[in-house]
Amino acid sequence: MDALGDFFGMGGYAGFIWPSYAVTAVVLGGLVVASVRSLRAREAELQSLQAAVGSRRAAARSRDLVGEPANDP
Amino acid sequence: MHRFANPARFLRLANAILPWSAGLTVVLLTVGTVWALGLSPADYQQGQSVRIMYVHVPSAWMGMFTYTAMAVASAVALIWKHPLADLAAKASAPVGAGFTFICLVTGSLWGKPMWGTYWVWDARLTSMLILLFLYLGHMALVEAFDDPGRGARAGAILALVGAVNVPIIKFSVDWWNTLHQPASVSKMGMPSIAAEMLIPLLIMGLAFKAYYVTVVLLRMRTEIAAAKVRAIRLAQVHG
Repeated sequence: MDALGDFFGMGGYAGFIWPSYAVTAVVLGGLVVASVRSLRAREAELQSLQAAVGSRRAAARSRDLVGEPANDP
Repeated sequence: MHRFANPARFLRLANAILPWSAGLTVVLLTVGTVWALGLSPADYQQGQSVRIMYVHVPSAWMGMFTYTAMAVASAVALIWKHPLADLAAKASAPVGAGFTFICLVTGSLWGKPMWGTYWVWDARLTSMLILLFLYLGHMALVEAFDDPGRGARAGAILALVGAVNVPIIKFSVDWWNTLHQPASVSKMGMPSIAAEMLIPLLIMGLAFKAYYVTVVLLRMRTEIAAAKVRAIRLAQVHG
């Protein structure tokens, strides 16, 4: 228990050492989380756009094959 | 879509590197932190407070390294119009800002018990603060234009002009009288630091570098996806 207390006490510098490591962890961790989140959001947006463009193209292609029903006389 | 022929190759390469750089980051950060906080010795003068060094010095290295990388990428972007170089510079800026912020905060927390003050306006500390502002300015400038190409160009010019600050930071401790101590780890000659401290310091340095590679690759992938989204939306508007 004493060894543990000594470790966290850091020879009286606990108030400077632990915040240093905490800031490092928060900044590096936060940057990773933010980067992964925006990557997922962008890739999801891209996929849904590509799917929409793809289905529109497929629809256009099938219209071309069948032949547009002539609305105008 | 020919513009993305090259990014397609880059994406394959990035996806091949990412699991390795991410794994290396986790392993090196874990080993480095345990070593820094537990196994490395206390300093005979600074006591336990020397443990702040293991996050302060690598973040300072990476703050300067990232800016140098950004300046090189910006030069490549301006001269050869390489589209990935712009993305690399844009992806690097927030990571460099993060490293510089960590360096300033941990330096402040180290300065209080060692120098008796959190902050002093001397050459090393001030030039490091300017580096943080350069990063933040770059991030704002790149986003300030409707046309991402113009934003990238403005950002590239800022990155190149601001590069003059990097040697100023590096040599500030030699050129001016400052409270900040000169470099202990020098590439020329023997480092004036004990091996029990040097090894965990270098491990943390490598961990931060692997972290940089990982996050920049992730952010470049994001930028490529965003560029494709923009291209499709433009085609929809004009088609």
